[in-house]
Amino acid sequence: MWRDHLTEIIIFTGLFLLVSAMGFVAARWRAPRDMAHLDEWGLGGRNFGGWITWFLVGGDLYTAYTFVAVPALMFGAGAAGFFAVPYTIVIYPLVFLVLCRLWSVSHRHGFVTPADFVRRRFDSPALALLVAITGIVATMPYIALQLVGIEAVLKTMGVTGDTALARHLPIIIAFAILAAYTYQSGLRAPALIAFVKDTLIYVVILAAVLWLPQRLGGWGAIFDAADAKFAASPNPNDGVLLSADNQLQYVTLAFGSALALFLYPHSITGVLASRNRDVIKRNMSALPAYSLLLGLIALLGFMAIAAGVKPLPGAREGTVDSNTVVPVLFDQQFPDWFAGIAYAAIGIGALVPAAIMSIAAANLFTRNIYKEYLKPDATPAQEANVSKITSLVVKVGAVACIVFLDPQFSIDLQLIGGVVILQTLPAVALGLYTRWLHRGGLVAGWAAGMGLGLWMLYQIPNAATGRKHFGGSAFPLADFGFDTKKTIYVGIVAVLVNLAVAALVTLALRAATVADGTDGTEPDDYFADEGDPRVTPGGAPGADAAREPVG
Amino acid sequence: MSDSVTPPPRPRPDATTTDPAASRAKDHSFWNWLLFVPIVVPLIPALFNADSPRFLGFPRFYWLQLAYILLGVATTTLVYQMTKKRGGR
Repeated sequence: MWRDHLTEIIIFTGLFLLVSAMGFVAARWRAPRDMAHLDEWGLGGRNFGGWITWFLVGGDLYTAYTFVAVPALMFGAGAAGFFAVPYTIVIYPLVFLVLCRLWSVSHRHGFVTPADFVRRRFDSPALALLVAITGIVATMPYIALQLVGIEAVLKTMGVTGDTALARHLPIIIAFAILAAYTYQSGLRAPALIAFVKDTLIYVVILAAVLWLPQRLGGWGAIFDAADAKFAASPNPNDGVLLSADNQLQYVTLAFGSALALFLYPHSITGVLASRNRDVIKRNMSALPAYSLLLGLIALLGFMAIAAGVKPLPGAREGTVDSNTVVPVLFDQQFPDWFAGIAYAAIGIGALVPAAIMSIAAANLFTRNIYKEYLKPDATPAQEANVSKITSLVVKVGAVACIVFLDPQFSIDLQLIGGVVILQTLPAVALGLYTRWLHRGGLVAGWAAGMGLGLWMLYQIPNAATGRKHFGGSAFPLADFGFDTKKTIYVGIVAVLVNLAVAALVTLALRAATVADGTDGTEPDDYFADEGDPRVTPGGAPGADAAREPVG
Repeated sequence: MSDSVTPPPRPRPDATTTDPAASRAKDHSFWNWLLFVPIVVPLIPALFNADSPRFLGFPRFYWLQLAYILLGVATTTLVYQMTKKRGGR
C-alpha cells in the first residue's frame, strides 16, 4: 500500500519537482545570444568545461537502468553480472584518442552527429542514413528502459493502479515534464540536472556500502551468503566466480559493450558538447570514478541476497520483477526518509540520460534525414526547431513502448541495441583513422553484421523465462559446430563478420574500379582544437560546411 | 582550401595552441602504447577468477577488478600528462 510509504513518496516528489524547476531554468544557464541554433539546443553551445562534462557524460553513460539492472543481474546470476566493471574500465583507454579525433573533426566542420561525419568522410548520404537509422533504433528502447528504472521505484513505493492507465499515470506525468523542459532548454537541462542526480547517487551509494555491510555481518558474510545461494541453484553458470564456460562470454561482453558505448549517439552528443580536446582527455581519467560507483552498486545485488530480499511480483502471474531488488533492499534496510532520497536518485537518474538520448536521436533525424532528404536548405533555426519537436515525438514513442507493450520487449530491444550499434563501428570509429574501406563495402558489411547479429540473438532461448528467442546475448559456440559448452557475446561475432565482409567487398569494388567519392576532410582536421582559425562558424548563413564538399 | 575564413564566434584564448603539425606529433606519442595495458589486463579472467586471497572480505574476483579501475585512471592520467601540449615534453 502506498500509504505505508508516504515519507518516501513525499521526498521523491519534492526532489523530482526541484530538478524539474532546474530543467526549465537551465535555458538561461550560460545562455547564448541566440538559442535558435542546433549547436545551442542540441550541444549546449559546444562549450562545456571539465566539470560539466564529467557530470554530463557520467550521468549519460551510467543510467538509472544500469543502477537497477546490474545489481539485479548480480542477484540472479552472480559474477557474470560484474562484467559492467571491466567494461567501464576498458572503455576509457580504448576511446582516449578516438574521441579526440572525432571531437576535432566535428569541431572543424560543425558536425552534430556521427552520421554527419560519415557522410562527409565517405561522401555517401546513403551510408550516413544507415548510421543515423541504426543510431535512432538503438537509442529508442534505451529511453524506454529508463522508464523501467522509474517504474521499479514506483512499484516499491506501492504506487500502482488497477488499470494500465492508472499504473502508468505517474510515468506519463514525469515524462511530460521532462519533455517540456528538454524542449525549452535542450542539452543545458540534463547538464544542470546531472549535478543533482550524481550528487544524490554518490551520497546514497556511499551510505549504502558503509552502512549495509555492518548490518549484514560484514563483506565476507555477504559474499558467503551469495555463494550459498548459487551453490544451491541448479544453474551451472551462476556463482560468485565465473565458470569455465562463461569466461569467454564475460570477456567478449565487456569488450564488445565497451566498443559499443561510445558509438551510441547520446555518448557522442555528450562528448561533442565539450569545449576542447583537453576536457575530453581529462575526463577519460576522471570518469572511472563512476566505474567504482557502478562496481559498488553491482554488489548491492549480493547485499540483497544476504538480506533475504524477495523481488516484487512481475507483470504476469508467477513471474518476479528482478529490477525491484535494489529498491526493495533500500526499503527494508534504510529509514524511510533515506529510502526516499535513494529512490529520487534513481528516478532523477533516469531523467538525465533520457533527455540526452532523446536530444541525440532528434539531432540524427534533423541532420541526416530532415536536412538531407526533406529540406536541404533548412536554416540553423529551422534545424533547432525540428530537433525540438522530434525530441517530443521520441519521448511519446518511449512512453508508448512501456504503456502498450510488455516491458520485457524494451529489455530485449536494448539487448539488440548494443549489437546493432556495434555495426556502425567500421564506418564511425575506423573511419576516423582510415578511409581504406570503400563506402559500398561499409554498407555491405553493415548489412552482413546486422543480419548475422539478429539471427544469432533470435536463436538464443532463455531457460529462466521459458522464452525461445531473444533470451540473452550469450551465443553457444556449439551452434557453430564447435564441440564446447562455451558461449560468446553476439556483438563481437557480428562486428568481426561485418569487418571481414567490408574488407572483401572493398577489394572487389576496388578491382572493379567503382567510384569511391571524395573525402571531405583533411588529415589536419583530426587534430584541430579550440580556437582553430579554420573552424567554420556554424551560425553564419550559408556557411554550413558540413553540407558542402570542401573545394 | 577552406570555404570560410570568418573568425570563430568565440574568443580565441591562445592562438599558439593550434599549430596542427605540433599537435599531430603529440598525437603519435610513444606514451600512447601504454593505453593497451588497462585494455588488456582487465580482460584476462585467469588473473582474477579466484576466491583467494580475500581482502576486507572481498574475494579476489571483486577486489582485483575494482583495483583495475585505479590501473586505468593511473594510465590515462600518465599518458595525458606526458602528451599534454603545454607543460609536457
